Amino acid sequence: MEAHEEKPIIYTMENKPIVTCAGDQSLFTSLYTSLAQQLPKEPMEWRRSYGRAPKMIHLEANFVQFKEELLPKDGNKALLTFPFLHIYWTDCCDTEVYKASVKEDMQRWQNILRLHSSVDWLIVVVESDAKKKNKTNILPRTSIVDKIRNDFCNKQSDRCVVLSDPLKESSRSQESWSSFLTKLRTLLLMSFTKNLGRFEDDMRTLREKRTEPGWSFCDYFMVQEELAFVFEMLQQFEDALVQYDELDALFTQYVLNFGAGDGANWLGSFCAPVRSWNGLLLRRPIDMEKRELIQRGEASLLDLRSYLFSRQCTLLIFLQRPWEVTLRALELLHNCVQELRLLEVSVVPGALDCWVFLSCLEVLHRIEGCCDRSQLEANCSHTVGLWTYATEKLKSLGYLCGLVAENGPTSEDLNRTVDLLAGLGTERPETGITMQSPYKKLKEALSSVEAFEKHYLVSALRKGDPERAEGFLEESLRLYVAEGWSLQVTHTRKQMAECQKLLRQTDDYLQTSALLAGDANLNQEERTHFCQEILSFASQPPGPSDQTVALSMAAFAQLRQLQFSPPGAVVHVGAALQLELRVRCLMPVAVHVGQLAATLHFSLEQGGARGRAGQGDGVVLFPQGSPLSGAGCSLTPALELYEMQDRSPSDSSLNSAGVVCKNVHLLLRRHDSNASLDTPTAGVLPAAVAVDDGAQMLRARDVTLQPGDNSILFTAPVRNPGSYTLRQLCGSVGRVQFVQSHIYPVVQYEVYSQEPQLTIEPLSGLSVYNLLAGIPQRVKFTIATGHYSIKKGDALQLSNTDSMPILHSSRCSATILSSTGGQALSIQSSEKVTSISLPPTPPYHTLEFQLEVLCHIPPAPLKLDSERLTNGEVRHRSKSRSHADSAMIHIDQKVSIDCPWSIYSTLISLTFYVPFKAKHTLLSAGRRKYIQVCLQNVSDSNFHLADPVLVERQPTTTVELLSLNAKRQQLVCSQQSLFCLWEMRWAKDLPPCLQCEFSASFVPISALDPPAAFKTYRYEFQLDRAEICPASGDKHCRTGTLCGLEVSITRQAEPSETEGEEEESTEIEGLKTTKLMYEVVDNSSNWAVCGKSSGVVSMPVAPSATHRVQMEVMPLFAGHLPFPNIKVFKYLPHSAAQVIQPDTDSCLENDNLSLLDKGLDDQGDTASIRSRGSVHSVGSGEQQREQQRGLPMPRLEPFSPGQVFNWTQGRQVLVLPATDDHVMEVNVT
Amino acid sequence: MAVCIAVIAKENYPLYIRSVPTQNELKFHYTVHTSLDVVEEKISAVGKAMADQRELYLGLLYPTEDYKVYGYVTNSKMFRKLHNSFTDVMCNPFYNPGDTIQSKAFDGMVSVMMVQAS
Repeated sequence: MEAHEEKPIIYTMENKPIVTCAGDQSLFTSLYTSLAQQLPKEPMEWRRSYGRAPKMIHLEANFVQFKEELLPKDGNKALLTFPFLHIYWTDCCDTEVYKASVKEDMQRWQNILRLHSSVDWLIVVVESDAKKKNKTNILPRTSIVDKIRNDFCNKQSDRCVVLSDPLKESSRSQESWSSFLTKLRTLLLMSFTKNLGRFEDDMRTLREKRTEPGWSFCDYFMVQEELAFVFEMLQQFEDALVQYDELDALFTQYVLNFGAGDGANWLGSFCAPVRSWNGLLLRRPIDMEKRELIQRGEASLLDLRSYLFSRQCTLLIFLQRPWEVTLRALELLHNCVQELRLLEVSVVPGALDCWVFLSCLEVLHRIEGCCDRSQLEANCSHTVGLWTYATEKLKSLGYLCGLVAENGPTSEDLNRTVDLLAGLGTERPETGITMQSPYKKLKEALSSVEAFEKHYLVSALRKGDPERAEGFLEESLRLYVAEGWSLQVTHTRKQMAECQKLLRQTDDYLQTSALLAGDANLNQEERTHFCQEILSFASQPPGPSDQTVALSMAAFAQLRQLQFSPPGAVVHVGAALQLELRVRCLMPVAVHVGQLAATLHFSLEQGGARGRAGQGDGVVLFPQGSPLSGAGCSLTPALELYEMQDRSPSDSSLNSAGVVCKNVHLLLRRHDSNASLDTPTAGVLPAAVAVDDGAQMLRARDVTLQPGDNSILFTAPVRNPGSYTLRQLCGSVGRVQFVQSHIYPVVQYEVYSQEPQLTIEPLSGLSVYNLLAGIPQRVKFTIATGHYSIKKGDALQLSNTDSMPILHSSRCSATILSSTGGQALSIQSSEKVTSISLPPTPPYHTLEFQLEVLCHIPPAPLKLDSERLTNGEVRHRSKSRSHADSAMIHIDQKVSIDCPWSIYSTLISLTFYVPFKAKHTLLSAGRRKYIQVCLQNVSDSNFHLADPVLVERQPTTTVELLSLNAKRQQLVCSQQSLFCLWEMRWAKDLPPCLQCEFSASFVPISALDPPAAFKTYRYEFQLDRAEICPASGDKHCRTGTLCGLEVSITRQAEPSETEGEEEESTEIEGLKTTKLMYEVVDNSSNWAVCGKSSGVVSMPVAPSATHRVQMEVMPLFAGHLPFPNIKVFKYLPHSAAQVIQPDTDSCLENDNLSLLDKGLDDQGDTASIRSRGSVHSVGSGEQQREQQRGLPMPRLEPFSPGQVFNWTQGRQVLVLPATDDHVMEVNVT
Repeated sequence: MAVCIAVIAKENYPLYIRSVPTQNELKFHYTVHTSLDVVEEKISAVGKAMADQRELYLGLLYPTEDYKVYGYVTNSKMFRKLHNSFTDVMCNPFYNPGDTIQSKAFDGMVSVMMVQAS
């Protein structure tokens, strides 16, 4: 205890609050050990002022003998030396003794305390049985305590405690100890609270005075540090750290204010030039040297900061927060450098670097000292900053002292080094013994180049190892390019260029130079330099072994757009096709390109180019993006996945589940080509660079590319038909070739070869139906010459037809499109052919001329419904059919044309429409008969009609036709009709047949054309008398009487070849006949058929063969009765082999069977059935089947609809209510 | 005030980068690029701890002697403004996410936040 007083106690780490002991020293000494052990055993809650959270603390104390000097004098703010509690020990149990000496001693003690206004005291009365036994005349023990309390503890009875038998192991003793300790702790804490509170108040007051002129930060620092020390003493490191942090913040604020122009006087001492830069010192708990400097107000900024940080570091390590040390250290180092700058402190160049380097290493050493390796590795992220900073500083020192210069340090450098070394001072004793101290490291590193290199991995480039440097650079360049950091890319490329130049990697160097020359991040001067590098290389005459150097086009120029002219990019052989290529040259100066060529890939395949050559306007835009900004695109796109589940349709259970990638096409794309363009080190470009001279190419010679956009015109080769795809672009500048190995998007053009074509079409505009028969029509001939060139003398040979003569017209002239003026056509007609000589026309031109043709309207009536009735002989080339919609009759006129380019005749069909349709009617008025002809204009044109004439074809004298038509000329508008009427007069009997011909003249009304000649329209028709043959004798049928019914069956159609099988012709008797069954049925019960109602007749296979059958019928009612129905069937006799077709097809077989079944239902002698198609069935196979089927039966088969025409359908016969005979005629067609 | 503001895509390429003393642009770019390592570190640490993943503010990334690089944190509302402006850019239907930001409004916002070049 005495020893404590001699030593400056505050500077050991074993600081404890001081408690003084007065009274019986020997008594205390006997209890000291127990007391010192027992006191910290139990924690005590410390309630604190200012709302600070209460804390549990373990109290310890430094018990010292009471001396008056220990008590603080007024104004002494020292806290560490402050006695927090004063204890008076006594074991007095004798009142006499007490009165005699102890009381007096206590009084003196109290007086001293009161003098120093110390109120934290305690009187301990130790009682022991041993002592009691010795004294017989003892007062009750309480009496002494009571006396003491009475004498000293005025209203503070708790200031006197009794400790019973402290040295004995008894429960009483324990109890007594416990209550004593609690009391002691409570009082200690009370004292702390009170005294610290007072101290803090004083400190705050001091701080508030900081604006006053005489205020000194250093003084304040000392005061607040005192508090920090106390907290540290109480093991309240957190609180202690707060004190230092507050000091730190306060100082920082002052420096910042100084920077803002608000300087404090006391800061002047910190602005002294830096003379020592020996770094942080963290190995001592308290750096007394620095502390004294601060106390004396002589500390420099670095001293203060170093001291402050060393304290913070110590506390943080106590708090087990080493990583905060590293963070704070970095912050501190940065901060110090800034503050020195801010305070404009003069510093020897490099001094700060030394200081920072040493400090970094010191911090790292300190951290390493208190952590194990695994902890360090796990937290390397915290230390990396310091390492980096140290490295950086060492590097800058290396530069400063010429240690990295190629030639070693100069004398100036050496001087500087000496200065720096001087500032380091001497090594501190703590580290002096170790081999590896930051101080030693730095000193060694600065002392020689070799040592520096050892300590600092020198940039390989600087030290002449460009090969390794290039590797590193390339790697970082790849990263920068991939991530699109353009400035870094530029910078790294510049370094690479340097390496490559040193390494004489010509290709790579040129490629890098090209990229740099086009780099917008560089200034014009630098770019020009790199461009000149390329150009000067290019202009060197190539050595014998030198080959041309191929570089990527991307660095040199960018394709902007390509324009085809004509825009379709599809031309015929030999035509002119131009491509305008717009290129953005990235070079800073104009570059003369000897040849700019694009190789073409030729393929015979055609048709693919359309649509790919651009959007119709013939412009292909190349995707833009500077070589660098495309980085985002070059990155692999993110996977787009979606879940796929396949469930069973029945119970929706999961069959399979999977993951499908939606953007496979993007992910699985080739990447290499894209990368190789950007990576300058890919010096050897793909083999495609070797330009094949034999291939077709677009070529432009001697082009000068100005910086920026240039336009180059190419003429595309179009010699052979096929499609041409642009593959690669190559610009040659001397020995250097700039190559773009792919052109994307695909640029194609197509060259085609076309056969000559002749088309004939009506000259539009005349009418909707275009060509009308009967009037001259203009027809346009168009000849697309294709690859054929029409020579002089070439002529079209048109075969003449009677029905369509070609009219000669003087207006005929041929026009060659895309040339000027018309050229006369000469048309020569002979009997068979019309020859049109064509004007000479170059290939791929269109020749047009017009001809007037006339299609005669066929004179015979054109029956609408039947083609078979038309006269095949006359119109073997023209087929007339009714127009589906308008019932317009049209004539297909075929023209055979011999073209000079072909050995074959061209057959061209022209369709003419007949503008009119005629109908006739026989009208009766009494006994007078009139013939009315209705002429309908079915065309869209208007016509004038004149001279309607009706004549008999075979003039007879018996009939006279009297025209009732007044007007000579009439207008027939489109879709209108004209009616003409004639009265028929006859002298004798009417002939059974009257063949008439109607004719009228017509002319189209046209506003433009002069009135054309009238053409004649003919309409022939025949009037037949109705073939009603009344029965001989009787005029009328009468009910109830039998009348004769003559059934007449006439074959109207000849069985055609194809239909022959259906008409069951049998050749058994040598004569070709068909058997028919007829049946007279009357469903309406108007008639009674008498006798045989049905029968089978054999019809000869010849046209108009007629079979007549007489029958008897009886009308059952009077009046106009409809004729009885007559049914006709095909009769298939049983004699022919009945069967199913052998092997042909089963479908037909089924058909047969069903017919068979139906036939079996029909009973009757005439009803026989037979299968169709049996004509084919011959051979033994059928015979066998016959037997299997049983008896062969004849069969009936109905005619298909339309095959039978019932002449009497709808006719009626007058039946008088009397018996009469009547003859009916039934025509079966 | 800021001397350099960069918006970096998650693939580490710059969407937007601008610095005030233009003569030292390269250094800033290098600094920003270096800071990205710290961002990566911090983000992966967040993932591990699973704590406060919504915290967008990464704090001090890379203090250097002269400058402090912050990942989305400051004691002013600077980054909130930047974030709002960035959100606006992203909401632009004509902006293709991943492209370099060329919005004038964003540029203006950044200019306000920057040290006024003297």
